[in-house]
Amino acid sequence: MSQHFLDQFLFVALPYVCLFTFFLMTVYRYRVQSFSYSSLSSQFLENKNHFWTVVPFHYGILVITAGHLIAFLMPRSLLAWNSVPWRLYVLEIAALAFGILTLIGLVGVIVRRATSVKIRKVTTPTDWILFGMLLVQTVSGVSQALIYPWGSAWFATSLSPYLWSIVKLTPDVSYVVAMPWLVKLHIVLAFLTIGFFPFTRLVHVLVIPNPYLWRKPQVVRWYSRHTK
Amino acid sequence: MNIRSQVSMVFHLDKCIGCHTCSIACKNVWTDRKGAEYMWWNNVETKPGTGYPTKWEDQDQYHGGWEKQNGQPIRIKSTGKARVIPNIFHNPYMPSLDDYYEPWTYDYQNLFNAPEGADQPIAKPISMITGEDIKVEAGPNWDDDLGGSPIYAANDPNLQGLTEQQRLQLSSVERLVFFYLPRICNHCLNPCCVASCPSGALYKRGEDGIVLIDQKRCRAWRSCVAACPYKKTYFNWFTGKSEKCILCFPRLETGQAPACFHSCVGRIRYLGVLLYDADRLEEVANLPDEQLVEGQRSLILNPHDRDVIRKAQSAGIPDGVIESAQRSPVYKFVMEWKLALPPHIEYRTLPMLFYVPPMSPVMANTDNGLTNHAMDSLFHGIDASRVPMKYLANLFGAGHEGVVRYALGKQLAVRWHRRAETVGDVDRATADRFLREADCTIEEADEIYKLTSLCTFEDRFVIPPMYREQAIEMIKEPHEQRAETGFGFVGGPRRGL
Repeated sequence: MSQHFLDQFLFVALPYVCLFTFFLMTVYRYRVQSFSYSSLSSQFLENKNHFWTVVPFHYGILVITAGHLIAFLMPRSLLAWNSVPWRLYVLEIAALAFGILTLIGLVGVIVRRATSVKIRKVTTPTDWILFGMLLVQTVSGVSQALIYPWGSAWFATSLSPYLWSIVKLTPDVSYVVAMPWLVKLHIVLAFLTIGFFPFTRLVHVLVIPNPYLWRKPQVVRWYSRHTK
Repeated sequence: MNIRSQVSMVFHLDKCIGCHTCSIACKNVWTDRKGAEYMWWNNVETKPGTGYPTKWEDQDQYHGGWEKQNGQPIRIKSTGKARVIPNIFHNPYMPSLDDYYEPWTYDYQNLFNAPEGADQPIAKPISMITGEDIKVEAGPNWDDDLGGSPIYAANDPNLQGLTEQQRLQLSSVERLVFFYLPRICNHCLNPCCVASCPSGALYKRGEDGIVLIDQKRCRAWRSCVAACPYKKTYFNWFTGKSEKCILCFPRLETGQAPACFHSCVGRIRYLGVLLYDADRLEEVANLPDEQLVEGQRSLILNPHDRDVIRKAQSAGIPDGVIESAQRSPVYKFVMEWKLALPPHIEYRTLPMLFYVPPMSPVMANTDNGLTNHAMDSLFHGIDASRVPMKYLANLFGAGHEGVVRYALGKQLAVRWHRRAETVGDVDRATADRFLREADCTIEEADEIYKLTSLCTFEDRFVIPPMYREQAIEMIKEPHEQRAETGFGFVGGPRRGL
């Protein structure tokens, strides 16, 4: 019985609380504290190890996040792709490679922040909590890829329906309760990270500069005209 | 024709005494804050020297400005357009704190709190970033007055193209020479910082051309810092936002000169409006190096011309601004007299801060124990001057000597003219000949003399009316805001987590 309540709490209540917090606080912060939306780059203070840590981490985590999103949004296409074995192998190996890249980058980022006196001055307790969460999340993700292979297949068949049940407001935990604890940990931590998102420097992900490629190079703002 | 107005500047280097009063005025008003300690929106450099940040003019190292290669249209040398995306996590040309200097203060408390001992207590230098002891090894004017030094002056990128003999002369004791180069943001017509900003946070104000960074839209992608060839956008390491000289626009809007202008002891700074044709910017920015100075001048329009006035009015430029442009001292220095030149126009940002190149010390001939300060040829005096012409040409003429020679010749001719008038050791005929050679009339020479030597506040700073109070009515409805507390609260900047 208590197991049932725990499942309901972790996979129904918690996701909704986290998603609600995410949407509300991100918008609120953007409207009220837009000054605080910044990547808070530390390249200026330390430029020697910056490239070798920050770049692998970002490329790694972007590809991995994109992979999760594809599995969530297009599970059928993913399963169709996986129907030929070599394509499944390619996908799995690529995912593992980028997972390891993320892990290496993340460890590098943490070590860089911890060892440089200057960067420690611009690292907040929030950053350290976030680093801890991301580290556990990345380690658990990479371990799953090693312990429970073919994740691209079982994510699409089992977790995608669960996530959609959350989105459709008809939560169905039957897909996740049967999962190993490592997977459960990964899911819970994912939602916690989403809930923590608007209170951290992660918000810079939301302000990626897409219009730059289309706008004219020079920007002129007129006070007296309504054009920007 | 698309006429716009631009608040522009002239720095008269022949008058700069290198006192750094401008830097201090700016520091006290704008950058005396956490994260901005290392920034000097206004700094003064000794030339020849490496400057601040160290060797900022070396674009092989910093990759600032625009580059033009084999007939292609200009492009940002660091990271423009598509190259921003792969480089957004790590900007390959971002200068780091080490290129500037680590700001420090002193542990003054130790003077009071030190335990009794055999030695006098000292105030140790401590880093303003880490708070720990530091060994001070660099500063914003570290090579102040070190012209001729083999470590600093010899590494000046402007020495490129000088003969070995000229370089040796620059550092030999008898001929050693240096001058000062005060620098602020040039508020360029084709700003590389604006064009490089992925967020669109940097912009040029339409009405007066001041280049600003929208602090609420800056996301610390750092492109502007790498892109500005003059290294006049700075990264605030604490707030995670870029910052730059704002030409004291709150002062300008209330009719006051910017703090650095206002405080200038040598009265070297002039400020006024120039009208220019924005439609031809792209064409001019793409000209070959040797045509850039003339090209930029061709953008600037004569505010006395009836046709220009009419078009400016129809472009919405208020009469007060046009009238101010007609009295602009900058127009006189840049366009009428052609004395003031843009710094490093080969970066193609079309800077709107112009420099009157400095005169070298007057060389005297010793003849039989008699010192003779007079000379018989105007341009001989310039070509034999202590600062090699090539050096000044690298700074102010994109490597080409013509425009610099012209500006120096005219300055020197004015000097001789005034000597004939006041000292009398030069005969009138020689002075007149020099004036003719320098393409200068007596009236013009007197005018140059007046605006150089006898200039009052009002002569130096012709600040246009900004009409902000009217402009804001276009966006805000005053009646809706009536009986409220102004146009909303301004919150203090809070760093993100």
